Amino acid sequence: MTLSILLMVSSALFCIGLLAALSRRHAIFILIGIEMMLAAANINFIAFWRYNAQPQPTGVIVAIFAIAIAAAEAAVGLALIIAIYRHYRTTNVDQLDRLKG
Amino acid sequence: MSTGFVDQIFVRLKVWIMHFLPPGHDLIASFVSALLNISGVLIVFLTLFAAMSVLERKILGRMQNRYGPNRVGPFGLLQPVADGIKMLIKEDIVPARADKVVHFLAPIIIAAVAMLTLGIIPYGRNMTPLSIDGGILFFFAIGSTTELAVFMAGWGSNNKFSMLGAMRAIAQMVSYELPLIITTLPVVMIVGSLSPDQIVAAQSKYWFVFTPWGLAAFLLFFTSGLVESNRTPFDVPEGESEIVAGHMTEYSGFKYATFFLAEYFGMFAISGLAVTLFLGGWHAPLSILRFVPSYIWFFGKLSILLFVFVWARGTLPRTRVDQVMNFAWKFMLPMAFTCVVSAAVWHYAGRGFFAWIWSLVIIAGVYMTLSILLDTKKKFAPRVYRFAE
Amino acid sequence: MINIAFFIIAALTLGSALAAATNPKLMHAALSFAIAFVGVSTLFFWLGAEFVGLVQIFVYIGAVAVLIVFTILLTRREGEQLRGFNWSGVVVALAVFAGLVWSILKSPSMSILPPEVSPLTVKRIGEVLMSDYVWPLMGVGVLLTVALLGALILAMEDKRE
Repeated sequence: MTLSILLMVSSALFCIGLLAALSRRHAIFILIGIEMMLAAANINFIAFWRYNAQPQPTGVIVAIFAIAIAAAEAAVGLALIIAIYRHYRTTNVDQLDRLKG
Repeated sequence: MSTGFVDQIFVRLKVWIMHFLPPGHDLIASFVSALLNISGVLIVFLTLFAAMSVLERKILGRMQNRYGPNRVGPFGLLQPVADGIKMLIKEDIVPARADKVVHFLAPIIIAAVAMLTLGIIPYGRNMTPLSIDGGILFFFAIGSTTELAVFMAGWGSNNKFSMLGAMRAIAQMVSYELPLIITTLPVVMIVGSLSPDQIVAAQSKYWFVFTPWGLAAFLLFFTSGLVESNRTPFDVPEGESEIVAGHMTEYSGFKYATFFLAEYFGMFAISGLAVTLFLGGWHAPLSILRFVPSYIWFFGKLSILLFVFVWARGTLPRTRVDQVMNFAWKFMLPMAFTCVVSAAVWHYAGRGFFAWIWSLVIIAGVYMTLSILLDTKKKFAPRVYRFAE
Repeated sequence: MINIAFFIIAALTLGSALAAATNPKLMHAALSFAIAFVGVSTLFFWLGAEFVGLVQIFVYIGAVAVLIVFTILLTRREGEQLRGFNWSGVVVALAVFAGLVWSILKSPSMSILPPEVSPLTVKRIGEVLMSDYVWPLMGVGVLLTVALLGALILAMEDKRE
């Protein structure tokens, strides 16, 4: 099992996340796409840590911080979606095109 | 060494079975080892589930001045067999407008999660089925999956009662997960490990329940555990007088039995973790009593806690939704944080007599302050009926 | 055998991620997202980072997935109209994927096998977090507190008369 196969899996996950973020019109699924891209980056961090003989667990620590920040991002993002829905009665990002509140 | 032999009899049995395997196949050996551990846990806890379901009804019957089940077999002890046959041959109804896949998967996930959490608990000396480094984290991480499964049950049924029940269940589980996890923190801090084996090993001299922070954390943990397993007096999500059976309304036959099983397994898991964290795990209470095998101590403590579960169900009326939530955020959470501070003070004051006093002072002080702030007298004043008289 | 486990995990993860990205039924997509993240955390387990895998399950399945399904439930009024799918995204995603795979295959330093390392204990992670990374840890703590308060204020009902 070489590192390149792992990297390919993570890049596939990244591209699926990108697909979700670009193609979906529902705001929640754009958020889900971003979460998937972050998870793909986390796989890379862990994989590079594992395939490196260095004793310092930097990759693991970065992955933990990334998860914490992704959780904060998801919480604020979903709160924003709920607030927007309450105001405009839609979660379709294509319809959110007014600059005036 | 006869006592040691009886103590380790199950471990020896496993080693004896394992030595029949062809040598040199590590993968097969680890697979068979895992399979043996799993089947051991399942056999023990399925038996306990059957015994518990009839004993609970018996004890409840005694508390309510009636007999309880006494028709099937001697003293009604074969009642679980009859119940099982009844549940198996019942018609399995899936609502026409239900989301079939989600409706089908929800009970499976709930039961699987409840069984997985049983894996990390040390049942006796050298008797931990899954010995991983972050065992406590594993328990809570896997346990938190239950919320999604409950949501799937509620949403998949496509029924207002189911959805309301699932909403209530998730709200209360999320709220009580915080005190549940924070009350394990002092133990983890004092032991310096997330591994249940090391937590049990650290309690060989004294159990953590005999320290002030330990006692407070144990009571908070147990109450949160009552809520997490949706048992009376906190069974708001399935209160039959308000919302038929909560997220289980649309389930029948064996799927309903699976929910029932998951509830009991969750109860066993949370009591097992309480025993591991605070009641010394498989350690005997006195050193004279060490000749009794370790697993008997574990299951003895476990059955006492299970009895308290039944006792609470037989004695206390159901709480209201707002009462449950207020209790979590206004009382349980501050007290849980106090336990953490108190344990830190206990550790840095030298773990001696004065440490004991200081720790007690902190917990008592916060408790008094909270009870004054929450104004308990006002809360429990006689109810005023404004609209109905 | 270990490799077979890896391929099963990877196929499950990518399959459910694809389902999450393309399934028109919102709730099914959200639940596939949960399965995809279980797959990712299993991958972390497979790579020997147990702690990160457990944290991943804890945060994503226990919190984020529940939040997402609740948000879908709260914003469901028009539900069915939101099945729009932008096909130009597929082209972009495939182009990015091709570029990434090409660059991975081009670099020879990537085709290495993992070295034998001693397993990473939770204690070691704790020590590192509390010594070398204590300031980032504080920062994340502040960030999470701010996010909690911010989310509360954003999602709170306006109490205007």
